[in-house]
Amino acid sequence: MINLTIDNQKVAIEEGSTILDAAQIVGAKIPTLCYLKEINVIGACRICMVEVQGARTFVPACVAPVAEGMVVRTNTPSVIKARKLVLELILSDHPMECLTCVRNQNCELQTLAEEFGISEIRFDGAKTEYPIDDSSPALIRDPRKCVLCRRCISVCTNVQTVQALAAENRGFDTLIAPAFNDKLADMECVQCGQCSLVCPTGAIVEKDDVDKVWAALADPKKHVLVQTAPATRVQLGEAVGAEPGSIFTGQMVAGLRRLGFDKVFDTDFTADLTILEEGNELLQRVTQGGTLPMITSCSPGWIKFCEHFYPDLLDHLSTCKSPQQMFGALAKTYYAKKEGVDPADIYSVSIMPCTAKKYECQRPEMFSSGYQDVDVVLTSRELGRMFKQAGLDCSNLPEEEYDAPLGISTGAGEIFGASGGVMEAALRTVYEVVTGQTLESVDFEVCRGLTGVKEATVQVGDLPVKVAITNGLGNARKVLDKIRAGEADYHFIEVMTCPGGCIGGGGSPIPTNTNIRLKRIDATYTEDERMVLRKSHENPAVTALYEEFLEKPLGHKSHKLLHTHYTPRGVNK
Amino acid sequence: MKSLDELAKIRENRREALKIREGIPSATEKAHVMMCGGAGCISSKCTDVVDAMKESLSKNGIADQVQIILTGCMGPCDMGPVAIVYPDATFYRRLKPKDAEAIVEEHIMKGNMVQRLLYRSPGAKEPTPKVDDIDLFAKQKKIVLRNNFYIDPTSIEDYIANNGYAALGKALVEMKPEGIIEEVKKSGLRGRGGAGFSSGMKWGFTANAKGTPKYVVCNGDEGDPGAFMDRSVLEGDPHSVIEGMAICGRAIGAEQGYIYVRAEYPLAIERLDYAIKKAREYGLLGNDIFGAGFNFDIEIRIGAGAFVCGEETALLKSIEGKRGEPRPRPPFPANAGVWGKPTVLNNVETWANIPEIILKGADWYAAIGTEKSKGTKIFALAGRINNTGIVEVPMGTTLREIVFEIGGGIPRKKQFKAVQTGGPSGGCIPAEHLDTPIDYESLGEIGSMMGSGGMIVMDEDTCMVDIAKFFLDFVVDESCGKCSPCRIGTKRMYEIIDRISNGEGREGDIELLIELANTIESTALCGLGQTAPNPVLSTIRYFRNEYEEHIKDKKCACNVCEFKE
Repeated sequence: MINLTIDNQKVAIEEGSTILDAAQIVGAKIPTLCYLKEINVIGACRICMVEVQGARTFVPACVAPVAEGMVVRTNTPSVIKARKLVLELILSDHPMECLTCVRNQNCELQTLAEEFGISEIRFDGAKTEYPIDDSSPALIRDPRKCVLCRRCISVCTNVQTVQALAAENRGFDTLIAPAFNDKLADMECVQCGQCSLVCPTGAIVEKDDVDKVWAALADPKKHVLVQTAPATRVQLGEAVGAEPGSIFTGQMVAGLRRLGFDKVFDTDFTADLTILEEGNELLQRVTQGGTLPMITSCSPGWIKFCEHFYPDLLDHLSTCKSPQQMFGALAKTYYAKKEGVDPADIYSVSIMPCTAKKYECQRPEMFSSGYQDVDVVLTSRELGRMFKQAGLDCSNLPEEEYDAPLGISTGAGEIFGASGGVMEAALRTVYEVVTGQTLESVDFEVCRGLTGVKEATVQVGDLPVKVAITNGLGNARKVLDKIRAGEADYHFIEVMTCPGGCIGGGGSPIPTNTNIRLKRIDATYTEDERMVLRKSHENPAVTALYEEFLEKPLGHKSHKLLHTHYTPRGVNK
Repeated sequence: MKSLDELAKIRENRREALKIREGIPSATEKAHVMMCGGAGCISSKCTDVVDAMKESLSKNGIADQVQIILTGCMGPCDMGPVAIVYPDATFYRRLKPKDAEAIVEEHIMKGNMVQRLLYRSPGAKEPTPKVDDIDLFAKQKKIVLRNNFYIDPTSIEDYIANNGYAALGKALVEMKPEGIIEEVKKSGLRGRGGAGFSSGMKWGFTANAKGTPKYVVCNGDEGDPGAFMDRSVLEGDPHSVIEGMAICGRAIGAEQGYIYVRAEYPLAIERLDYAIKKAREYGLLGNDIFGAGFNFDIEIRIGAGAFVCGEETALLKSIEGKRGEPRPRPPFPANAGVWGKPTVLNNVETWANIPEIILKGADWYAAIGTEKSKGTKIFALAGRINNTGIVEVPMGTTLREIVFEIGGGIPRKKQFKAVQTGGPSGGCIPAEHLDTPIDYESLGEIGSMMGSGGMIVMDEDTCMVDIAKFFLDFVVDESCGKCSPCRIGTKRMYEIIDRISNGEGREGDIELLIELANTIESTALCGLGQTAPNPVLSTIRYFRNEYEEHIKDKKCACNVCEFKE
């Protein structure tokens, strides 16, 4: 333990800790901007400066290690004056468009300016001027609002290992962008949106498609239906001011109806369907000698990642579309026919915790109904804004149920939102289908939690099924490299693009951090336990779908509507 | 190279062949012409003079009796091309190809010095023919530049002849690693890159640091405008750096060195590359050097044009192939350097000191200089001064001695106004401090710094606002952009000083500049940012009236600034 003094308080803390860590113990709040615990610890913004006795200059608390006998002052007038001037400098290179910024009132820079009581910017010089990149269907980069904290670079490089963003040029002209200032749409960016989740300002944000949805809702000819992803119900409360971990299912459904959607359906339904298709695909590969390990294909960021960085492993991907796209294809075929609606009049909206879904719905493979299967994707953040625009106090709405039949689901579909959920749902079904026996407990705890790579062996009849589960693309890479090296003997691997799974997706409410992710995961499993049905193969609406339309898993119609293929893209193309 | 004897044999043989350069006439050779081949003299076409001289020698049938050697930089760049003709040690300056014939036919063949090409002190009627008598050289003390008049930088045997690699031999055969570190500590040598940290302590930290392998790195990213001390060493005496690094390798237990040289120094890179190859050929790099079971090799890394890569943590990143940006310290390179491993990083000039310290001993070295700053320091003289070029003087020499005695004073009878030391982030020192002895502490006290050794002299026609603006422009351009105070703060300072120099200065601008400067100094991430405000702070400190004139009277007394109408 290291003993030091902070603001005249004695504190002992483990060696290797920072002054910032130690200050938290004694309740001294040191402001930060670039710092992001465990992800971005680079000491760049210089907001967290403190006074250390004997030091030649002020010291950045976020990176400075504690030392025995250190004497730290966090709030002397000179420290506060220095921080304030640094903040004033940052603001002097900021567009000051707060009122029209999507991050208004959810911006760390704005909060600091308010806390510091900045009332005047004394510098009227040049401002960073770089064009906005809106090439991507998912994300918009506005370098003018960038404070060069580099959190996006760290999360993209170290967590996702995509390295889409880097610093280029230098000094005042420094720009955070894809190499050679390439367009996001034209390079290896997987559109996961983790950058937008960590950006302290509005420099990287989701592409806002709210107006498209308002236009559809205003069009009397359109039959506007909506699906909500599993993770949205444990997130949306936060978007309208509820505590993290709130379960918001019924309120969200009610809110969507108030907005004027003709039908409120659930992606959980096609999550259940995915289990039947993907489970049977796995059994087929195991029994007939297909490519193993098979890897899940629900997460569009992961798909693009694999296409760019592991094109040689694309045969390992399940051919199943994601639940969102299965839903889209069925809405404009099965549902249209059943309801007697012209599919041309259906406007299919999807609410997702994800930015990559905006990209996925525009992929050329996703037109199997004869139309664009999903017309528009809104992130949880955007739906939160729609609720606000509509003046809906969702927290106080009476809870409502999803519409049938595409709104009927099980707990297995629900847990798709958390890392390990797809695997757990698959195991619940595969076990019972293969053995013909009922599971004593449906809870596969080994699948759950935030660990980057989880491994397990589950006995299914005579077969010990070896599985792996990864969340965050950097962790996926570890397993993929094993496959490449011929060292992986798994049968089935679940890969989710974002840390924690979809509940931590790039379209989630801000902030999203480890603590909040854990709360959303807890809420997910609580929601699962509340369900009467918890196994996908018991979903009566899915059974009916097969009887009325699809005939059987992996059948001809499934092949046409529910399965897809992938494109090797490579890098630097 | 398997033994000290083997080295001694090469040394003695070669020394015999080079006796003429010590002033001892030779039976077989008429002369050695040491033509300065520093980048400055090459720019003023010294190679044409060499060609003309060779032609004349052939014409006169004595080509085999005269050697012409392209040396490293001799220092007096404004007089280039310069040459020394041995055995007489006659110094010639401002040579043109047409002068070659006179030197060959008059001096070399008949023993008559060519009077019109000799050096004359400012105001002196008689020339000073011998190099050692010239005041510019006589007041210098050459430790780092010990070989620049004497050897062919492309000849490893020339280097060996002047005791080259004897220190490495001594370190490997006769000394223990701890003993080497102790000797460097005792010598009092401090880093010549500017910060002045004790080299011996740095080596000690690295030797004791956990983690292997360890590395030895040379910082040759000399980027201060007008500074070329390190270039002169790399071009003129590359083996001295290689030898210094190898000695350190032994001391700290490293087998690999990197020399990081800026791409703008192609000749230095070429000579260094050649020297490394030769050292390998002679077994002075490679495996089992001097039969002592010690392996060491060196690779060159070429910079890509970023000034900030002279900052040690940025340089280490750049060696790894990443964007050269500083990172917070700790950890220091001694614990986490290249590839995260313990690393000693010193600059070129520091390394070149090492062999002399090991060979002649810490006590000899510590006897030179001041109490806290030992040895010599090379300075690059530039600006409004008669003798521009590089000089090496003992620490403790005063600014006045350098500017007025060695540097020959201010041209055209102008008044001295200030001297800026320490590169673009140094301070401007006025006449009242000319008697300051040069050492790390004294320069800091008067608002400047040692830096790497740039020295820019200004006369009465220099506008101090304009000067501060010039240096700020440089740091704004070279800021890496990582930390906010440097990235935005220096830009804002530039904008303010720019408007002052345009006649658009506002009441309160000086105070705003000081506030910005103080905050940048105390909050910037690396040395570049922390020192960037120095030129502004020091000019406000010593020449505040000039700022006030610009702001209040819209007047530039030196008629340098152009005011907007």
